[in-house]
Amino acid sequence: MANKILVFLEQRSGNIKKSSLEACCKAVQLAKELNYDFEAAVVGGDLNNVESVGRYGIGKVVHFKNDSLKDYSSSGYSKILADQINQIDADIILLSNTALGKDLAPFISIKINAGLVIDCIKLEIENGEIIATRPVYAGKALIESKLLSNKKIFTLRPNVFPIVESDNKQTQVEVVQVENPDLRSRVIEYKKSDGKRDVAEAEIIVSGGRGLKGPENFNLIEELADSIGAAVGASRAAVDAGWRPHSEQVGQTGKTVSPNLYFAIGISGAIQHLAGMSSSKCIVAINKDKEAPIFGVADYGIAGDLFEVIPALTEELKKYKS
Amino acid sequence: MKIAVCVSHVPDTATKIIVGPDGKTIDQNGVAFILNPYDEYAIEEALKTKEKFGGDVTVLSVGKEANKETIKKALAMGADSGILLKDENDRDSLGIAKALAEEIKSLGPEIVFFGKQSVDYDNSIVGQLTAELLNYNCISVVVNLNIDGNKVIAEREIEGGREVVETTLPVVITAQKGLNEPRYASLKGIMAAKKKVIDEKPAVVSEPLVEVIKMNKPHMKQAGRIIGTDKTAVPELVRLLKEEAKVI
Repeated sequence: MANKILVFLEQRSGNIKKSSLEACCKAVQLAKELNYDFEAAVVGGDLNNVESVGRYGIGKVVHFKNDSLKDYSSSGYSKILADQINQIDADIILLSNTALGKDLAPFISIKINAGLVIDCIKLEIENGEIIATRPVYAGKALIESKLLSNKKIFTLRPNVFPIVESDNKQTQVEVVQVENPDLRSRVIEYKKSDGKRDVAEAEIIVSGGRGLKGPENFNLIEELADSIGAAVGASRAAVDAGWRPHSEQVGQTGKTVSPNLYFAIGISGAIQHLAGMSSSKCIVAINKDKEAPIFGVADYGIAGDLFEVIPALTEELKKYKS
Repeated sequence: MKIAVCVSHVPDTATKIIVGPDGKTIDQNGVAFILNPYDEYAIEEALKTKEKFGGDVTVLSVGKEANKETIKKALAMGADSGILLKDENDRDSLGIAKALAEEIKSLGPEIVFFGKQSVDYDNSIVGQLTAELLNYNCISVVVNLNIDGNKVIAEREIEGGREVVETTLPVVITAQKGLNEPRYASLKGIMAAKKKVIDEKPAVVSEPLVEVIKMNKPHMKQAGRIIGTDKTAVPELVRLLKEEAKVI
């Protein structure tokens, strides 16, 4: 065993994603505890300031370069990374649990014969072994598990692992030109959704539910979200009624989120919804039924008429922001 | 076209989860099991694909005798036949994928559908693992699918939008909510399903790579406080968010 950690850096439009920096910081910390070596790998076309990962302790990045790999290709990316893992004999591989990371990690795991734990919210070393904690049943329970394989892959839930600047290093970037990448499956176009921000990545989310009474009233939610730079979310009831797109749904058959601040507005708090958002750091509930289960997980509540409270809140937050 | 769809049998999403006596799995006492919600989209897309190109739809599931209920539901929706790959023990994702891949290899479908994840262990990887074991192409979390000859173009949901992916058959597709509107099983469908065959065979043995150590209930947040009943509470709320919670 080479005692080495490889962390995968995900880029979009040549910029390294914030969630990859979280994975870098975890890699550096694990490497210290295990006394392992570590390095990073990135696949793509031209990159913007990849050297900046040095600030988080990453000393070496291998950049697999080819213009046709600018956008994601599951076949291309997985082959390149599996080869690199074998080449440097890495035994721990970290990715972030983004749409891309979740898709990519299983392909790599088969190619290199590694076990895989996805969506980890905690990775800790106990008696020299890595114990991974991840939510199951949409967060209604947590399981701790370990991998029995020699090579181990973990994907880390975004927004959970802290970014800490450490051991500022001069990052050495090694560029490897990729010849004839395997492009059997490849992204040919990106369609941005109308929503301004995505719930999966947002630090503040404002979600609306059946209490809004109709799709036309979601402008109240949108205005409140705009006033603090938040993403708009929705309960399953609002999505199933056709008021909002599924991409905004928070909960068991939607997205599981853990932002810094979550507003639940006109949402009663069905168990499926609570499972998807109760790990948020701070929860505000606004609902006229003071017995609604949502108040059981909320830090702060207003048990009143949202049609009166929300415009006032939007005004107050605008005032505060300016 | 030969089409396969893989389904799982999971606790209803309204289930209150209680950790079982083994400390590693849930207490199944009184828990109602259902067809995994995302698999409904997979079945519907399989049926639509059959309606468009002809062929037949085989439903596969790995697990216990009880999984037959879920296979029957797919047969009632319109699938042609079912295969239960039997295993009395729970398996990790790779174990499930290996059992499925082994069976799919002999079936030889051009397209295999999965739900994008099962709502029990929330592992969204069985489709990809199976594809890689079969050396099939794969597109996950699909909300729109087009097949034209050998060419497959699908839209998959990602952060902030969709990406359009191009590949070729044979392919594994994992279905996301929004791909279609799953049909209800008609009475006629339910009756017809009774005559359809569910084949039963043992799932191939495989060594697990993941060992579950324990299951816990997450630390639930304590209920906070209700600070008012109308808009006069708003300034206090903003102050608390700023000064106490420090989140704005």
